[in-house]
Amino acid sequence: MKILVTVKEVSTVEDEFEIEGTSIAEQYLGADLNEWDDYAIEEAVQIQEAGIADEVVTVTIGPEDCEQTIRQALAKGADRAIRVWDDSLEGVDLLDVGAKTEILRAVVEAEDPDLVLTGVQSGDDTWGATGVSLAEDLGFEWAAVVNHLEHDFEDGRASVRRELEGGVEELTEVEIPAALTIQTGINEPRYASLRGIRQAQRKELDVQSLADLGVDESAVEAEVTVTEMYEPESETDATVWEGSAEETAAELGELLREKGVAP
Amino acid sequence: MTDVLAVADHRRGELRDVSYEVITAGRQLADDTGGELHVAVISGTVDEFGDKLNREGVDAVHTVDYGEEFNHDVYTQVLTQLYDELAPQYVLAPNSVNGLDYAPAVANALELPIVTDTVGLEADGDTLVANREMYGGKVEVTTELEGTAVATIRGAEWSGAEGTGDASIEAFDAEIDEDAVGSTVTGFEEVGGGDVDISEAEVLVSVGRGIEEEENLEIIRDLADALDATVSSSRPIVDNGWLPKNRQVGQSGKVVTPDVYVAIGISGAVQHVAGMKGSDTIVAINTDPNAPIMDIADYAIHDDLFDVVPALTEEFQ
Ligand SMILES: Cc1cc2nc3c(=O)[nH]c(=O)nc-3n(C[C@H](O)[C@H](O)[C@H](O)COP(=O)(O)OP(=O)(O)OC[C@H]3O[C@@H](n4cnc5c(N)ncnc54)[C@H](O)[C@@H]3O)c2cc1C
Repeated sequence: MKILVTVKEVSTVEDEFEIEGTSIAEQYLGADLNEWDDYAIEEAVQIQEAGIADEVVTVTIGPEDCEQTIRQALAKGADRAIRVWDDSLEGVDLLDVGAKTEILRAVVEAEDPDLVLTGVQSGDDTWGATGVSLAEDLGFEWAAVVNHLEHDFEDGRASVRRELEGGVEELTEVEIPAALTIQTGINEPRYASLRGIRQAQRKELDVQSLADLGVDESAVEAEVTVTEMYEPESETDATVWEGSAEETAAELGELLREKGVAP
Repeated sequence: MTDVLAVADHRRGELRDVSYEVITAGRQLADDTGGELHVAVISGTVDEFGDKLNREGVDAVHTVDYGEEFNHDVYTQVLTQLYDELAPQYVLAPNSVNGLDYAPAVANALELPIVTDTVGLEADGDTLVANREMYGGKVEVTTELEGTAVATIRGAEWSGAEGTGDASIEAFDAEIDEDAVGSTVTGFEEVGGGDVDISEAEVLVSVGRGIEEEENLEIIRDLADALDATVSSSRPIVDNGWLPKNRQVGQSGKVVTPDVYVAIGISGAVQHVAGMKGSDTIVAINTDPNAPIMDIADYAIHDDLFDVVPALTEEFQ
């Protein structure tokens, strides 16, 4: 069995930041492995360690800068990585679900995995839709927001739990090949060991352009465009206590006594 | 193509609130386009659901009597067929866990663009203007797309439609290809039971990722002891296994309504806020003055929890 994991490097934003046009000014942005993808990688590696998967491959759409993040995934145990990038992707503000689906579809078709694991969403643009859209495009089965996966894949099925709202889980059987979107908490993602980090340097990281994948450049002409970015209107009329920690704690203490909720 | 098709959400025999919210959002869009609002309800006790969904502003309810519970393969097949029949301009679905399990598939099957988790929607001529958040609610963006589209709406952003409408209620005869149904829901399970019921607590000291390390939870426990309060948390604390699942506040955890909710090192992501916004008084302790939690806080301290929490505990010892 082969598992393909989609791995994204997400942008993180500092507490204080400025917006320039339709994006956050570069100097306030950091980069990190998408939280949800970290769990997806861990799940794939655990399936491999259980002797059920033979290979775990990651795929990332992103510029050269994100190779650091991809190496993190390799250090945690993925066997090799694919990174998709070229000039046509350079100027795209927001890669929409349709564009991601087309690119990732080409990678899945070339790799022919039995299982595709994606994060439920990415921490920056939070579409939460790519895994399911991709599955439909491929004719794969799927399940969204998976917080438990049985590793035996009996009768060519994945037994999963989907985490619904309000502390209810749905038990579902899904035929494979399938794409599952992985929710945090499904496992405990490992830290990369020093040995893993050293090994990751030697693992294959294959860079592919859209042309290599046979994807037409028009695929990335996003149908959804960002026309404005702004800080959300704050509806707050919060009382902000100022001063030293002792002073603010005293204010809060007084409030709690006033409310009669503290001794 | 000017009409809007909104899709209802239900579980275990009950329509979920967002079903009425998607009607409100759909009616607004239909007013913008000058079209009709159609509502689809698929599986379950559809006749009963159909009557309930006949709220003010709904022109037609399409019921599909097939199976008891949600199945994304069935939803996808039905909605693509309904789309072919009705040719709506927009398909609206809740941004619920189930919405996210079929809406992207429907969009892809119909070759339509999708915008998810929208907090504002407007149709301007042939342009759909949708607002959504990015970076965990730190910024909001306006997005635009042309033509027909699928959109999902964030829960509790629109009020639920009320009143009774004069919709036609029609059974839609969908043809379900059983061979293409590759997923089966086999059951449901409640999780998060246990000794403590945080939904009953009067005072919650709630801790988030700002606490950094499991050992640091000690200062939160000390505070809770001093206040005679209950400890709850945001999701990452539970994901890390530092607190049991029954302490998680939020969309996939518990809904709480204490007199006082002290959010310590919690950013206020929408899924967290869904569980605690009904608290009587909300106090936020967070180093980030722009954290989304500040928007719903009644009182705020923009400072380091490692300084403020011990000082507060001392107040009561
Ligand atoms: C389908 C789905 C369901 C979900 N369900 C839930 C749910 O039920 N409940 C839930 O909580 N989340 C849920 N989430 C996750 C949610 O999106 C957020 O990831 C989560 O709520 C973030 O938790 P947090 O605020 O503790 O962490 P973060 O967002 O990382 O915030 C940490 C905060 O701590 C502050 N901070 C850091 N250091 C300090 C310090 N020293 N002093 C003071 N402040 C500090 C930071 O400024 C920041 O605001 C769900 C997500 C999905 C996709």
